[in-house]
Amino acid sequence: MAVKRIDQKRRESYKLFLFILPCLIFIFIFSYLPLRGWIYAFTNYKPGYQWKDMDWVGFSNFTKLFGNAVMRQTMFQVIGNTLYYAILGVILSPVPMFFAIFLNEMSSSKCRKIVQTLTTLPHFISWVIMYSLVFFMLSPNGFVNTLLMNLGLISEPTDVLASGDHVMLTQRLYQLWKETGWNAIVYLAAIAGIDQEQYEAAMIDGANRFQKIWYITVPSLSSTYFVLLVMSFGNFLNTGFDQFYVFQNAFNKEQIQVLDLYVYNLGIGSGQTSMATAVGMAKSIIALVLFTLANLLSKKVRGTSVF
Amino acid sequence: MRSHHKGKIKSSAGDHVFQILNYTFFILFTLICVYPFYYLFINTISDNSLVNAGKIMFYPKGIHFRNYIDVMKLENLGTAAFNSVARTVLGTALSSIVCSYLAYFFTKQNLWMRKLWYRFTVATMYFSAGLIPTYLNLRMLGFMNNFLVYIIPGMISVYNMVLIKTYIESLPAELEESAEIDGAGYIRRFVSIVLPLSVPIIATVSLFTAVSQWNSFMDCLLYITKPQLYTLQYILQMYFRQAQQLAQQLEMGGDSAFQATPKGIQMTITMVITIPIICVYPFVQRYFVKGIMVGAIKG
Repeated sequence: MAVKRIDQKRRESYKLFLFILPCLIFIFIFSYLPLRGWIYAFTNYKPGYQWKDMDWVGFSNFTKLFGNAVMRQTMFQVIGNTLYYAILGVILSPVPMFFAIFLNEMSSSKCRKIVQTLTTLPHFISWVIMYSLVFFMLSPNGFVNTLLMNLGLISEPTDVLASGDHVMLTQRLYQLWKETGWNAIVYLAAIAGIDQEQYEAAMIDGANRFQKIWYITVPSLSSTYFVLLVMSFGNFLNTGFDQFYVFQNAFNKEQIQVLDLYVYNLGIGSGQTSMATAVGMAKSIIALVLFTLANLLSKKVRGTSVF
Repeated sequence: MRSHHKGKIKSSAGDHVFQILNYTFFILFTLICVYPFYYLFINTISDNSLVNAGKIMFYPKGIHFRNYIDVMKLENLGTAAFNSVARTVLGTALSSIVCSYLAYFFTKQNLWMRKLWYRFTVATMYFSAGLIPTYLNLRMLGFMNNFLVYIIPGMISVYNMVLIKTYIESLPAELEESAEIDGAGYIRRFVSIVLPLSVPIIATVSLFTAVSQWNSFMDCLLYITKPQLYTLQYILQMYFRQAQQLAQQLEMGGDSAFQATPKGIQMTITMVITIPIICVYPFVQRYFVKGIMVGAIKG
């Protein structure tokens, strides 16, 4: 009798497995199967390539990336751009928190709601649309240049888009414009959850607005801030592709290339499949290591893992 | 987002200055966020010769809607709009159903080797084979110049699946148990009990999926070369890259106030892509906010 029940239970558990099997196969095909492409990093890939005429070249694709002066310079520039963009991100990471804090200080709740709604909007548009907006605002006959010329503040228009100067900084600022309102939402919710008695006690002690912000609000938000910061360390190299691709042009080609864009330009643009795979593979592995480290760090700091 | 100062703080002179500065900052920032959209919009409905001369700055002049009619006449644009809508609707529906389905079965403790399969699934969030191997994989599977590339490869979003699973786990188990006693099978219970109860989370997740489908651009760039399969995002990007060709495509001459120009077309397509988001956004914003909070708690 008991054996029969166990048998039935096991049958039931296999049955459940059969229900998810198609999904597991799907995940295998689209997430695990591509990993075999890493083999191309160690071969000399040519289009229309068969597995049998594999041409093993060991690590030469990796060494070739630093092989001659031109490649070496490009590679260092790409790594430099990526790190610069990431570090700017870390420096600017407290912005959404302070945005939320000061937004919360606005006396009219209606105003707060309107500001929150409108500043979140840019989060929902694509980078293609972003490019279009930036282009028509900042190009030589765009809104900003025309306005400044009409006001007599400048005599010559400046073309920010067709320039190789401060490319990563401007890209970071576009990103900041797009995401600040959105990223502030988490902090606004955290502020709403702070115990009001703390503020009342501080008021009795005669604390002013800034003292209350500095001694109560900021410390209450710091754990949220650190969790998000640690998560961003895990994503240090994942700058994304769309943003840099749409803003790339003949003037900023070198300055705008981050790892994700470089892989595309090298692999799809120049047809250097094997070398591009090598770059991508190195990036994936380093990203995984960074991610694991970030997770360990968060375990140490918070006592729980982020992921 | 309660204010903890309301009516309690002594309004000193310093405080007034602070409020004025604070309001000024937020009003300015909000303007910077909104003005580009407004600026493009007034330019798309203004006299095209004034637009080209850069004369439209703060309000529209010589209002007409010819640009919106002209873009529809452009080769491929109607198809691209259709493709964008189709991928958004189909992709979102399919992804939501499949993610909920998988989430439901992962809540079943009795599932054979559940822990292993769950890890197998969640692990995919943390690694990626990279652009080139993914590209070669999809090419091998026949996704080149195939509409399905928009829908199928990204169908299972593990992140969304985890959110739905957490939600299903929070539902009272008794409801499903009573259906089980009545002899309903898994699929029946999933469709008639779990799905209706999970509508709030599925709605949230669907909105995120829909926005990313609508905004997606890279898949078209990588896998599509046939113009009949282009999406709006890709067409707009292409019209910026090939402004010259666009100018040739618009036959010159005619009334210059209405004559379509590359600038007008680029702006109009931008608005065509953005207006659906702006229209839908105020109504669904609270779902997005809810979604980000669910994600944050989960994280």
